[in-house]
Amino acid sequence: MTEKQDEDIRIGIFVCHCGTNIGGFVDCEQLAEYATTLPNVAHSEHNLYTCSETGLAAIRNAVKEHNLNRVVVASCTPRTHEPLFRDCVQEVGLNPYLFNFVNIRDQCTWVHMKETDAAFEKAKDLIKMGSAKAAKLEALERIVVDINPIALIIGGGISGMNTAISLSKQGFKTHLVEKEDKLGGRLKSLYKLFPNDQEASAFLEDMTKKVEASKNLTVYTSSKIKSIEGFIGNYNVEIEQNGDIISLNVGAIIVAVGASVFEPTNLFGYDGEKSITQLELENKLKNNEVDANNIVMIQCVGARNEERVYCSSICCMTALKNALIIKEFNPDAHVTILFRDIYTPGIQYEQYFKKARKAGVLFIKYTLEKLPLVDKNEIKVFNEYLGEEILIPYDLLVLSTPLIANNDNSDLAQMLKVPLEENNFFLEAHVKLRPIDFATDGIYICGSAKWPVDITESTTQGLAAASRASRILSHETIEVESSTAYLPEWNKSLCKGCEVCITICPYNAIIKNEDDEIEIIQALCKGCGTCGSTCTKHAIEIKHFNNEQIMAEIIAFGGKIIE
Amino acid sequence: MVENSKSILVIGGGVAGIQAALDLGDMGINVHLVEKRPCIGGKMAQLDKTFPTLDCSICILAPKLSECYRHPNITLHTLSEVQKVEGSSGQFSVEIFKRARYVKEDVCTGCGDCATVCPVRGVKNYFDVDLMTQAAAYIPFPSAVPPAYLVDKESCVYLNYGICGLCIQACGAEAIDFTQTDTSLTLDNISSIIVAAGYSLIEDTVPLKKFGYKKYKNVISALEFERLICASGPLEGHLKRLSDGKEPKKIAFLQCVGSRDERNKDYCSSICCMYTTKEAMIAYEHDNNLETYVFYIDMRAGGKGFQKFLHRGEDEYNIKYIKSKIAQISVDNKGNPKLVYENYDTNKIEQLKVDLVVLATCIIPPEGIDELAISLGIELDENKFIKTNPFYPMETTREGIYVCGCVHEPMDIPRSVAEASSAAAKAAELVRGGEF
Repeated sequence: MTEKQDEDIRIGIFVCHCGTNIGGFVDCEQLAEYATTLPNVAHSEHNLYTCSETGLAAIRNAVKEHNLNRVVVASCTPRTHEPLFRDCVQEVGLNPYLFNFVNIRDQCTWVHMKETDAAFEKAKDLIKMGSAKAAKLEALERIVVDINPIALIIGGGISGMNTAISLSKQGFKTHLVEKEDKLGGRLKSLYKLFPNDQEASAFLEDMTKKVEASKNLTVYTSSKIKSIEGFIGNYNVEIEQNGDIISLNVGAIIVAVGASVFEPTNLFGYDGEKSITQLELENKLKNNEVDANNIVMIQCVGARNEERVYCSSICCMTALKNALIIKEFNPDAHVTILFRDIYTPGIQYEQYFKKARKAGVLFIKYTLEKLPLVDKNEIKVFNEYLGEEILIPYDLLVLSTPLIANNDNSDLAQMLKVPLEENNFFLEAHVKLRPIDFATDGIYICGSAKWPVDITESTTQGLAAASRASRILSHETIEVESSTAYLPEWNKSLCKGCEVCITICPYNAIIKNEDDEIEIIQALCKGCGTCGSTCTKHAIEIKHFNNEQIMAEIIAFGGKIIE
Repeated sequence: MVENSKSILVIGGGVAGIQAALDLGDMGINVHLVEKRPCIGGKMAQLDKTFPTLDCSICILAPKLSECYRHPNITLHTLSEVQKVEGSSGQFSVEIFKRARYVKEDVCTGCGDCATVCPVRGVKNYFDVDLMTQAAAYIPFPSAVPPAYLVDKESCVYLNYGICGLCIQACGAEAIDFTQTDTSLTLDNISSIIVAAGYSLIEDTVPLKKFGYKKYKNVISALEFERLICASGPLEGHLKRLSDGKEPKKIAFLQCVGSRDERNKDYCSSICCMYTTKEAMIAYEHDNNLETYVFYIDMRAGGKGFQKFLHRGEDEYNIKYIKSKIAQISVDNKGNPKLVYENYDTNKIEQLKVDLVVLATCIIPPEGIDELAISLGIELDENKFIKTNPFYPMETTREGIYVCGCVHEPMDIPRSVAEASSAAAKAAELVRGGEF
């Protein structure tokens, strides 16, 4: 702590309207006025968007003009905006940890839209508490870690291959780990690719050659990830290949494990012979084994229903492609596609849909309420357009089934300490603006491991992951979060060595060192506070959320200390 | 990494261009970002909220705008367009035409005193899709980046007649500078170019006329709707009809206007099913008695969480989806649109009277794409989107020129952002000289 902070706390409070997100429900001008009545507040104002360049300039000017040494912004959420404001105060010479975020949007106006008076009172309380905490904030030292400029890619399908080739070309040593004996993933089992009917095997061969020609790239096939430990810039990874363990140290990790195909057991007479999946059809087409004349395809088998709400997004194009291939082999074949909504977004896919209609492929819409009924030789379906039931004879039924999350995703997620979403696909940091990042820096996600995507998008995402990782690997060091848990010197005697913190830490950041003392590895700690709140002796403190700061908030709210 | 004096040129400062510039900048590579508008942010900055999270659009974009503006490795050229490209992959030389702002960008404090005193009014603002007018001295929107005003050359009295100059006197920062002229500058040592020029929306075509767009005040485009419902828009987020200021109680949203249509564009605009659902949701949040109807051909919701979003629309926001194409729209003497259509589910010709019609208009290539393609020496497809190969989606027909976002195909924001990073990766490969 500097002396200045002890003597003279000067807080600036900025209340953000966030357009109407906050300003539409509570009076921000009054909130700003209220803020001036709080202890140590030297300046307050309200802005339409505090995060805009104008708003940030207002903060910078106010810090200079009013000699502020603490800044509080009452606005949206630290989740998206804390880094921005921290940078902003840093630019005018304040330690970034002398900034405090007060959430009056996500946790106030959004949830209390219908009780605006109460929301206003709550916003006042939140600002009062945030300001009280700000007075107790301490400047924190930066934690800087070294970056080992080596990348690890898990999964050698089309996404992972693209990531690997690009990173290698950018000059980074790269390791590509594939569990099967050959690279290519799902591409290996395909016949031709939409939308230009390129031979999958030729495309894969081309990609494989590029991988082989990549000088900085090492490929490990028939290999599995055994363990991952460490943090951004410094991950220790163990790979098992044919019973041998290979240890690697890498700076960034890219998850490109792809997805699995749903098996339609007990659905629409699925037997692998007369009723097959699109993937099985690919294989038959490859070997020229399709001799049926009446082919019916059913879309959304096991998808867009109660059990699996989502659309797998690639099946419509797959069905169209295979229908066109069949028509090309055998123009007299009748191909009927039973669909719910045809998913062919964009230019080429929509044109492909048109091509299939021109080639004579029939399309019949069905609904979830009236599923097609599969008989031995006929399919009964309610034709929405005609408003009546029709019978379609078939000698081959093809079921378009969705891509589903791999069942071992949770194991990998646990090793990487990254989240999965409700369908067990990997969950990115932000679906809109950070589609390739995990919330944890240094780990990235691409391809169908995140959500079903076709080859075009897998390629895009694979390359995108190379870019995101390159941002980290291009630097020798990186600054990580300083708000971490630690065991202060003066608290060491309190620690009884119960090791609850070691057991409970979700990031494996706590160890017992050679002196048999608890040690918290700062670069691994994410500051979640779990250890601090479970420590029976209150020995562990969390920087930026220490007892004094939290108590100041509680007391400001009206809490009393009972002696 | 090996230090390199070469730079990358990014054309277009929408979310795709911004992301590409940020990725490269963060890698330590120098970037020139060229934007023809006075500020960056593109279409995303104009949106109210985004699907499927209903995040406020400008709220999540603003940090990126600031980051881009202040990034030590990114040089921002607003009001600028690429004129000429010489050289080849690895060594381009690019001529940029920069229009005068008449305001010193780094001096302007954004106070708005110039706009207050400016006697010229009624200048249309592109940012509000011409729904709102402004003074000749203006800033497109309050949180624009760079945070600087500009003077509209066409309507400014001083620039046209040499009289007035009130803004010069009013500006306490002395930022107004009428000595500025349009200039050309040449950027050498450009290793590669990323085209992120975005898109336009179809306006003057048969289906739009058929539905009475621009003729009936209560038939508006989806982008106009976004501005009307947006807090920073002309109505400050309180949705009203432009014809009579009444709050709409029934809104019809028409999908595939000008798209998936043999007589117009035969492709799908990809994003309308989702943004329409979002718009209907936001409108419902403003008024819980609102009825909304979405007329569609196929509901296209393949992205993460999209199907769930549609279900939420039906279950929680009272949205009715009707599979149909609208045959005709007429209005009664109060300006209320009446829709005639065949309902595919009931096989009947039905009618529906509503208060407001919102058209999901087709995405088309951006204005000036022909000239841009010529100066870049790249090919366009038959719809004038930049031609790419599905398996090398970032590559144009010319080596060293990459593409991302809607300028090569209609797509949503996450995909544009992923593509931006992807194009950045290709550019980084090249600038780093391949393997070493």
